[in-house]
Amino acid sequence: MALLTKDEAFALMKKVLSYSKADECEVNLNGNENGNIRYAINSVSTSGKTFQSTLVVASAYGKKLGIATINEFDDASLEKVVRRSEELAQLAPENPEYVSFLGPQKYAEPKMFIQSTAAITPKQRADMVEQSLAVAKAGNAIAAGFLEDSMGFAAMMNSKGLQAYSTSTNVNFSVTVRTQDGKGSGYAIRGYNDVSKLDTKSATQIATDKAVKSSTAKAIEPGKYTVILEPAAAAVLLENIFFSMDARQADEGRSFLSKPGGATRLGEKMVDERVNIYSDPHNADLPTSTWNGDGRPQERVSWIEKGVIKNLTYSRYWAEKKGVKAVPGPDAAIMEGGTKSLEELIAGTKKGILVTKLWYIRQVDPQSLLLTGLTRDGTFYIENGKIQYPIKNFRFNESPIIMLNNLEELGKAERTVSTESNVNYLVPPMKIRDFTFSSLSDAV
Amino acid sequence: MKRRDFVYLTGMGAAATMLPIPIVGNPIAPERALEAIDPAMKKRMADVALNAGRSKGATYVDVRIGRYLNQFVVTREDKVQNIVNTESFGLGVRVIANGGWGFAATDKLDTDSVAKAAEAAVAIAKENSRLLSKPVQLAPQKGHGEVSWKAPIVKNAFEVPIKEKVDLLLGVNAAAMKEGANYITSLLFLVNEQKYFASTDGSYIDQDIHRIWPAFFITKIDATTGKFETRNSLSAPMGMGYEYLDVRPEDKIKSVTTLYKGRYDMLEDAKAGGRQAGEKIAAKSVEAGKYDLILDPSHLWLTIHESVGHPTELDRVLGYEANFAGTSFLTLDKWQSKKFNFGNNLVNLVADKTQVGSLGAVGYDDEGVRCGKWDLIKDGILVNYQTIRDQAHILGLDASQGCCYADNWSSVQFQRMPNVSLQPGKEKKSVDDLIKGVEKGIYIIGDGSFSIDQQRYNFQFGGQLFYEIKNGQIAGMLKDVAYQSNTQEFWNACGGMADESDYRLGGAFGDGKGQPPQSNAVSHGSSTTRFNGVNVINTARKIG
Repeated sequence: MALLTKDEAFALMKKVLSYSKADECEVNLNGNENGNIRYAINSVSTSGKTFQSTLVVASAYGKKLGIATINEFDDASLEKVVRRSEELAQLAPENPEYVSFLGPQKYAEPKMFIQSTAAITPKQRADMVEQSLAVAKAGNAIAAGFLEDSMGFAAMMNSKGLQAYSTSTNVNFSVTVRTQDGKGSGYAIRGYNDVSKLDTKSATQIATDKAVKSSTAKAIEPGKYTVILEPAAAAVLLENIFFSMDARQADEGRSFLSKPGGATRLGEKMVDERVNIYSDPHNADLPTSTWNGDGRPQERVSWIEKGVIKNLTYSRYWAEKKGVKAVPGPDAAIMEGGTKSLEELIAGTKKGILVTKLWYIRQVDPQSLLLTGLTRDGTFYIENGKIQYPIKNFRFNESPIIMLNNLEELGKAERTVSTESNVNYLVPPMKIRDFTFSSLSDAV
Repeated sequence: MKRRDFVYLTGMGAAATMLPIPIVGNPIAPERALEAIDPAMKKRMADVALNAGRSKGATYVDVRIGRYLNQFVVTREDKVQNIVNTESFGLGVRVIANGGWGFAATDKLDTDSVAKAAEAAVAIAKENSRLLSKPVQLAPQKGHGEVSWKAPIVKNAFEVPIKEKVDLLLGVNAAAMKEGANYITSLLFLVNEQKYFASTDGSYIDQDIHRIWPAFFITKIDATTGKFETRNSLSAPMGMGYEYLDVRPEDKIKSVTTLYKGRYDMLEDAKAGGRQAGEKIAAKSVEAGKYDLILDPSHLWLTIHESVGHPTELDRVLGYEANFAGTSFLTLDKWQSKKFNFGNNLVNLVADKTQVGSLGAVGYDDEGVRCGKWDLIKDGILVNYQTIRDQAHILGLDASQGCCYADNWSSVQFQRMPNVSLQPGKEKKSVDDLIKGVEKGIYIIGDGSFSIDQQRYNFQFGGQLFYEIKNGQIAGMLKDVAYQSNTQEFWNACGGMADESDYRLGGAFGDGKGQPPQSNAVSHGSSTTRFNGVNVINTARKIG
């Protein structure tokens, strides 16, 4: 299905609702086009394009819910999908946690769609990759990378009068450059809504420089070190906090935010007072949707302010039970930074380790949010304000909560992409003391 | 699918983070899963794509028409949280034109849309051919004509009434709560892949694949201290029908807890789990140091997966995964030397895509290659890798090993892991025999946290249940245990394994690899195995 305009999407969904006989009916309509190109060993490997569209109909009788879907949009198919969802609802067991659909909401206009990204051609993708390959080849190195763009629309409507519509585009690019002898590796990752901001050449130059400079790394003893985490490395640790802000888990006593006896850490200072984390769909550098999948408005929400836990995320059921506002989980998060560049952070470091990227992050203990994983693609020893030499990769065992208590300094926030979840964030580079490295790895 | 979409779908909040499951597809009515699609229609659509691709200049075309059915039944404590049936149906076409690959996919199965997808794939291949360093070289593959393969299941799980599944899960929850659990989430995750493959080699292959994963996640909280512990089910995801849940006494292994072989008693495991979650709270925190480890197959499968399965993937060895999953320390020179000691001579690891009941079993892979079995590590020596058609020539092979897989019609197929399993000991030996020989050790059951570097040297694994072994005897439960090692050191520290009577499969429902990421289901078998002198760390930390 082509990208439907708001009027076209609403007309289609109104028709769907006109067939409904249930107590309540809600319709979600999505259409997406995705294109990608992948390369390795300085040569393109796979590339593709996919088109998908989905109409989801949810019908409810009392607390019984049925969901059905279809990707054909003639009148007979539309009526069929409504009947099917109603039959399913009649068969379903009653869900005591069912909450009636939302009524009309007010949403700000989302700003996620950029025409130039929507109009990308296979030639443009190949050109961007060609530029990346040229840089790696000029550096006598070997590149592997991935460029992925998407454009689409999302719309919803229900029998209680709720209507929502948005369009979006996105492009993510990542590149790993390795030296010919396999002894050095560097990495860069970029994410934008607007493809004209993407410079595959400069990103590949950074990765190539890191590959060359990280070659023939020295082994140093594992232990506690001051680290400077580049934004891509910090994001994959921080997002474990964002993914664990669920109020119900905290209230039930099984979260890092739980306290004995059913209380939570909401309102308590848990990390350094310079830590401010929020989400804002209107941020010009990281625009996200102004509504979520169940129709709740996405607004600016402060999650950690001056080190204090300010908000938790709620399902509509749990918020109703607790009598609080049902704040949805955000689509992206922003951590406020300082004014210094990465280079200035390095210049102000007596002894420390620069970390380009962290890899294979897994939670070891949900109670302390202890995570493990490894450094990768460019790890360097800093002394007297200068990068001295590359060092071998480490495994770490550290909690992002402990890490944000050991904060030394923040640099300037920039947009980055999680190499674990693919979510985009605005995150500063950060200097952390006593970061725990537990063993050495031979991996390059 | 992104993690937050999964959270939205199941409404499980943080519990979802324990489930690395991609969900592909659209919700449907349960009875629709039982409707079959006429292979003649699939052949007609496949021919449209094959002809359109060829007419635009492709020298090779393959088409996959996939119907992917999932059913999830999710409960917590005394409530049904979610019953979802999904279907994803569409066509993916892959071509070689001007020497390079192109791929396009569509969910519209009319003649025009299918031909358009084939043309788009050719256009992409031609556009990208200027970035090729050398043309694709495919290992020869004879066409199989019109053939079919069906997983040998006993009971189609999609035919079992929802009520029976709900009753089972609510019974499991009640049993765990009665034994002291504070919370439990339980679920059934069922998969049916109906895959049709056709290629210009002359193959038209219709396959029907079934998978099942029953699982639960228990939390126990100490009200006074606020400390909590979890205990996950000891089930394995399997390439089976609902018969996996038909309990048979001969499939139970009595150890410190009951272990399961080929059939799973979910109710019994939930009772044990409820009790053991409480025991974990009271357990002794491990003292860091070197221990001899006795690893149960419900745990060891994941260590095999990460430290053997991934580094023997030839695409990683060659550098095709350098930008995401990484490369491999098992470089070609180590294989060519014929004397690289991956492990000691007790270690035999086999790749097998035919093992009955395993997640990776199929008749043919996703480029029409008939599946088989081969050695990866023989008497400790690296002897082979995992290949697909455009890699076989690199190893001097005249045919692919059949390791090509795509997780959906909309994903392009690439090299994925077959079942990789550790062969049991040849001499008669029980788990008790293994434990008896250990002075200072830990017996680990069930999989937990896992992490390994991008070349597969350094790893760290947790588990579900840890028992201290002192002078050949189980001396009580431990907690806060994780072990770290280096792959080659670890497999050279293998101190023997139990015999075939203890051999069991574990597995992963959603192994991730590739860009865009794709998921693969794969089993790993072993019997209980000993590893000497492994570094154990204590994972307890305080956050103030």
